[in-house]
Amino acid sequence: MTTSHTSRRAGGRRLGSHVFLLLAVLYFVVPLWWLVVGSTKSNSGLFVGTGGALWFDDELALWDNVTQLFTYQGGIYWTWLRNSFVYAFAGGVGSTVLAVLAGYALAKYRFRGRNLYFSMLLGSVMVPLTALTIPTFVLLSQLGMINTMWAVILPSLLSPIGVYLVRVYAVDAIPDEMLDAGRVDGAGELRLFVRVALPLLRPAFVTVLLLTTVATWNNFFLPLAVLRDPQLLPVTVGINQWQALSNAGAGGEQVWNLIVTGALVSILPLVAAFLGLQKYWQGGLSLGAIK
Amino acid sequence: MTSADRPREGTLLTSSTTAATPAAAPARAERARRRSAGALDTRRQWWGWLFLAPFTVVFVLFLLVPLGYAFWLSLHTKGIATGGESVFTGVANYVRVFTDADFLSGMARVGRFVLVMVPIQVGLAVAIALVLDTLATRLSKASRLLVFVPYAIPAVIGALMWGFLYSPRFGPANDLFGLFGLDAPDFLSRDLIFGSLVNIVTWQWVGYYMIIVYAALRAIDPSVYEAARLDGAGNRQIAFRIKIPMIASSMVMIVVFALIGTLQFFTEPTVLRSVAQGAIPTTYTPNLYAYSMAFSYSQFNYASTIAFALGILVFIGSYVFLYATRKQSGLK
Repeated sequence: MTTSHTSRRAGGRRLGSHVFLLLAVLYFVVPLWWLVVGSTKSNSGLFVGTGGALWFDDELALWDNVTQLFTYQGGIYWTWLRNSFVYAFAGGVGSTVLAVLAGYALAKYRFRGRNLYFSMLLGSVMVPLTALTIPTFVLLSQLGMINTMWAVILPSLLSPIGVYLVRVYAVDAIPDEMLDAGRVDGAGELRLFVRVALPLLRPAFVTVLLLTTVATWNNFFLPLAVLRDPQLLPVTVGINQWQALSNAGAGGEQVWNLIVTGALVSILPLVAAFLGLQKYWQGGLSLGAIK
Repeated sequence: MTSADRPREGTLLTSSTTAATPAAAPARAERARRRSAGALDTRRQWWGWLFLAPFTVVFVLFLLVPLGYAFWLSLHTKGIATGGESVFTGVANYVRVFTDADFLSGMARVGRFVLVMVPIQVGLAVAIALVLDTLATRLSKASRLLVFVPYAIPAVIGALMWGFLYSPRFGPANDLFGLFGLDAPDFLSRDLIFGSLVNIVTWQWVGYYMIIVYAALRAIDPSVYEAARLDGAGNRQIAFRIKIPMIASSMVMIVVFALIGTLQFFTEPTVLRSVAQGAIPTTYTPNLYAYSMAFSYSQFNYASTIAFALGILVFIGSYVFLYATRKQSGLK
């Protein structure tokens, strides 16, 4: 009797847990569902559709919307998307390479000033990056670099948190004995890094790459501040401009269908990357949280 | 934060010294060591700096220099009153900023956002992670992914999407409230915009925090639970007495992330500004205020002062929090 009683209670708890999870999933997924549905609607369908806000209209306009993205303002949307790729790739790969080199040095080399350097690095993690954007803008404009791709890429190379994560990971992941053995066999320091350290650092490398790529892809404040030329904007800033113009009403064209479809297309690459690279990031994102 | 790395520093030093002791290293390592003596260490020091050099260049150019320059700008004033010349005015800008009602109200607002948003986000993330930790069904695996997905979506797009959902013209709110015969509230009004922003940020970040907490929970040795169960502990007690204390350090970490992010609140209010006409002034958060001072009024000196003052307050805030929780986080 007691066993059936406890199992029923356990069953009820499992049911309760599943209901809670289901509600949570609904909360996180419904807005995305709206975006998918919205991208199939025409400009007027978004206001007065036959299916309501959360269901498809009788007429599917997805294809029209996508082709209109190619023609509207000379297909500038795809230029924005390409820019986002360039920024995310350059900023992500660049800052990851720098972070891996620096994290490895801080973990495995003993040199004068190392502890001071590391303390400064930890302190800088707490410096709000947006607080740097305004002075960076003034400096770059004095160098004549405003309104160029470099104005977005170069500041994106900075990732103190990436260095911190690699350093924490490298301390345990690379045994000193292995490095010493390599040195005895006559391997140079560069060779040791490429042949011994890099393979062992792969999980940290992938994690930092993912974090920095997402950070550059999502960046808004910096490109908003340093770019004026519409041809250089990343997709985040570009779509927001369409939105602001459409909301301003007077004079501005209302392109709600393009905003919704453009938003959907712009999130597909990263969502796909995260779903496809699950096994890499699921453990990795918590690097530094678990000791 | 210096104290933060001390325990790790300790372990690092001991591990490298054990590697250096002749007993631990093979005999040929000992021979090699004698052969190259001290020269190797100096050379190796140089290699350390060499690996560090590329990052250091970026660190100096895009962190230290802008920070120093912002400080320099904040000590100077340039405008019509000074004849377009940059004039040293000392702490005058700081006196102005800390008595500026717009800055102070913005600071108070992000303070309120911290008090409301951070507990909701962390609470929800921990609750979902705890439930996921006790279940191993297909549904729980799928939920873990789906809850995380918003993290992969840029804040601009997330805010834009919620802007549509809140809007009485596009959103489903009217239909949903209509089911109960009610009128939908105006989520973009002055009264409700605070909650609407809290909701956007929560939606965006809970999944990321949940993954961090979940990984920490998975790292706990399950035999601890068995021992607790033998002592008569129930699931609830295990969750609150064992699991939560054991993941305290990752909870401290996500609170710091959330704290720093919230104090710098910028993207979501900027995006919603054009939808929620009039509900979000340009002084809504300190960052918005600094942005409009710089780019609408070209007052770069004062904008830098706001940015620098905000930076100091964020720094102090996270430092105080880390100090207060140093026991829980193990960062003693």
